[in-house]
Amino acid sequence: MAGASSKEVMSMVDEKNVAGKTAEDLAKDQREISVSEFFEKNRHLLGYDNPTRALLTVVKELVDNSLDAAEEARVLPRIWVEIKPNGVNRFRVTVKDNGPGMIDKQIPLTLGKLLYGSKFFRLRQSRGQQGIGGSGAILYSQLTTGKTTNIISSTGNGKTSYYELMIDVKKNEPEIVSHRLIEDGKLWHGLKIETEVEGRYVESKRGITEYMKQVAIGNPFADIVFDGPSGKLKFPRGANELPPLPKEITPHPHGVELGIFRRMLKATKSRTIASFLTNDFSRVGAGTAKEICKLAGIDPKISPKRLEITDTEKIFKAVKKVKLMRPPLDCLSPLGEDLLIKGLKKEFNAEFYAAITRPPEVYRGNPFQIECAVAYGGELPLDSQVELFRITNRVPLLYQEGDCAITKAMLGTDWRRYGLQKSGRSMPTGPAVILVHFASVWVPFVSESKQAISSYPIIIKEIKLALQELGRRLQRHVSGKRRVEMQQRRKQIFDRYLPEVANAVGKLTSKKPEPILKKLKVIMKKSTGVVVDGKEDKGKA
Amino acid sequence: MVKKIKEKLKGLGEDVLKDIDKKKNPDINIPIRSLSNVVYDEKTKMLKLGDKASKRYLFNVAHAKKFMQTLLVAAFCKDLQDQNLHTSLRDLYYALKRTLPESDENTFEEQQESDPIIVDLEVMLDMLREQLNLNADVRGRVVGNVVVKDSGDTIDFSKLGSGGWAIPSNVEDITIKSVNAKYILVIEKNAAFERLHEDKFWKKQNCILVTTQGQAARGPRRLIQRLSTDYKLPVYIFTDADSYGWYIYSVIKYGSISLAHISERLGCPSAKFIGLTISDIDEFDLKNFTIKAREVDIKRAREMLKYKWFKHPAWQKELKLMIQRKIKAELEALSGRGLRFMTEVYLPTKIKKKKFLP
Repeated sequence: MAGASSKEVMSMVDEKNVAGKTAEDLAKDQREISVSEFFEKNRHLLGYDNPTRALLTVVKELVDNSLDAAEEARVLPRIWVEIKPNGVNRFRVTVKDNGPGMIDKQIPLTLGKLLYGSKFFRLRQSRGQQGIGGSGAILYSQLTTGKTTNIISSTGNGKTSYYELMIDVKKNEPEIVSHRLIEDGKLWHGLKIETEVEGRYVESKRGITEYMKQVAIGNPFADIVFDGPSGKLKFPRGANELPPLPKEITPHPHGVELGIFRRMLKATKSRTIASFLTNDFSRVGAGTAKEICKLAGIDPKISPKRLEITDTEKIFKAVKKVKLMRPPLDCLSPLGEDLLIKGLKKEFNAEFYAAITRPPEVYRGNPFQIECAVAYGGELPLDSQVELFRITNRVPLLYQEGDCAITKAMLGTDWRRYGLQKSGRSMPTGPAVILVHFASVWVPFVSESKQAISSYPIIIKEIKLALQELGRRLQRHVSGKRRVEMQQRRKQIFDRYLPEVANAVGKLTSKKPEPILKKLKVIMKKSTGVVVDGKEDKGKA
Repeated sequence: MVKKIKEKLKGLGEDVLKDIDKKKNPDINIPIRSLSNVVYDEKTKMLKLGDKASKRYLFNVAHAKKFMQTLLVAAFCKDLQDQNLHTSLRDLYYALKRTLPESDENTFEEQQESDPIIVDLEVMLDMLREQLNLNADVRGRVVGNVVVKDSGDTIDFSKLGSGGWAIPSNVEDITIKSVNAKYILVIEKNAAFERLHEDKFWKKQNCILVTTQGQAARGPRRLIQRLSTDYKLPVYIFTDADSYGWYIYSVIKYGSISLAHISERLGCPSAKFIGLTISDIDEFDLKNFTIKAREVDIKRAREMLKYKWFKHPAWQKELKLMIQRKIKAELEALSGRGLRFMTEVYLPTKIKKKKFLP
């Protein structure tokens, strides 16, 4: 759970809020604003805009945290989610995992305080970025029901922590209603959070069941049980290996906005501008740092804290002008073709599966990588629209489909060439589901609701390339299948006609038809593959 | 003759069997019967089939059914020869139609599938369907001073009441006993034929009247040809003034595209066109009785402008007039000028002045 806090901070200090303010202003605001106020004002931005979606968001934040924690601890995740109605429009949500658990005294800080954490200029591919995390869910519970949230955790040391937690919204501090640390000798590790929230449960394409299914597809190494209002669903593990742990990287200068740049200047421990540039960014060496300072006309030895606002801008502009290597690409952790296929296999009974993992690319200084996979045929419905799963850093996106780069690339691909039906700019139809995974250290969401990826040309291009490659594999399968069907149809035709032909030839030549039929069958075996279809061949008599 | 036909049918089977014995994909060679393989022979003034042929293979999904059908028809014709029986095209279709085992597919779905196969066979074997003991539909009638012998009966075309003699599809075995006429008038439409017959036009003019009742069937065409060549009678053809009527004329005279292989047996190159023409509309004051030409009529006329056998300036003029004025006239238009206008004015004037189109 330790990693959960960093990204919460990340998303709180969103670039958009920064425009026009200095980093100093912003930092001041953050301290002075009441968290409750902030939360209330930004509910819609954070996924709590209506009761249906709010319930999903609570589940999503808790599940994301559990998966992140287990993965970081290199444990194959086992997650248990329960949603039970408790009166009108009220639900008790329980999420339990087998992750590393949390140290007793860390629990209130991590879950009872928003914006807790400090490593906030490090970039790492994680589920993160989604919202304000577990503490947000607790705050939502408290705001809508006034109840405490129960937390039980152990790190495998024979002690179990029991907390009843609330958040002091004015101080942004955890309010511990009750706390017990019991030495029970039970050797387990993990975390269980039980909270009561206002919400509405609807079974739909954007419902929690669909979300759980897509989480299971995007995280085939996880074992998930969902016990919801309409029954218990099991999503057994489909793979026994975790993808490699992504590496953290410092930001690439070309991907940094002015606001973040200013905050980085303020937060840095470096003593000079030159060392700030080399230490806090990737791909900036001593030579490049000097070049930047020279371009900006700033003394490289000056302390970052003493930089004038105008100088900051000069440096920022210079940074964008220098040529830099691409950011390191090994910081990404794609699922890989094997896991992608395993994810689809465990949820869909199809006859053909294929997956593509593209090499990493860079948009505006941020490394990213596209993967996609398809399941085709088998039990998938023949004539319905192809289902598209949009997944970023292993988290499914359910809303804002139309604004998403993945949807756009999907619609812009000519699926007819690849064996599916498609008319105009609509989703293709056919017995297929397609999954697109966008992995990045920083996912460029269209808006703060974080449900759609921005359509940078390089991103669209990469998704299209991936889909086309996938399409070619699909096409090979479909045409092979057609060939087999064709062969069978041919055989049926000849099985019907040959006795007639044998009889007629026998009659014309006054011979017995049986030997003729035998010989015809021999020729059939030999020649059905060779003969071309089409018009009768024209030539001289 | 019967022996030769049997040999030819057997030969077809043996060719296929040879391929089978060689383990080759069996094929049948079929001369192409479309405009692309039809030549207009200036010398004989007839449409003739070119030498292009197509191969029909058994082991080709697109050909297989037709291949089977061709052999079924051939085997059926052999049966007819062996038993010395005759039958109609429709009978052949029903005799061969059956559902193939373990399917809902029939050997032939409709007669339109078996009819062209019969023509294929005629062309392949260079045989008439009549020689294969297959009779076409009976269509067309005749009256006049002609006496013939058919299956032992003597028939006088002048003594058959108001109906005239129905021309059988096969006139090969008919012997012509006597003919007393100056020319043959071929009429496209039955109604006009009946008018002329009632008015005793053939008696007054001493001619033979034949109606084709639309596009001319083989029987009437062969009969017209035999009468005109054996007795040196001029043939005048009388149709509607539109592209379809004129095409009927050209089929009787030069042969048809689809039956170009038997033009020599059916063609009547000396035939002349008596009417109606678009020019007649002005000349005989028929303006009030014309009909607006449809798109298809105009389209057909445009096609015919390109046919070599319609290249004569007189025909080009008529076709262009029709396209230009977008009108046509039926034989009935003449009745507009009076019921007997056709018999008393139009036809006698035309014949007297020899106003024919070539």
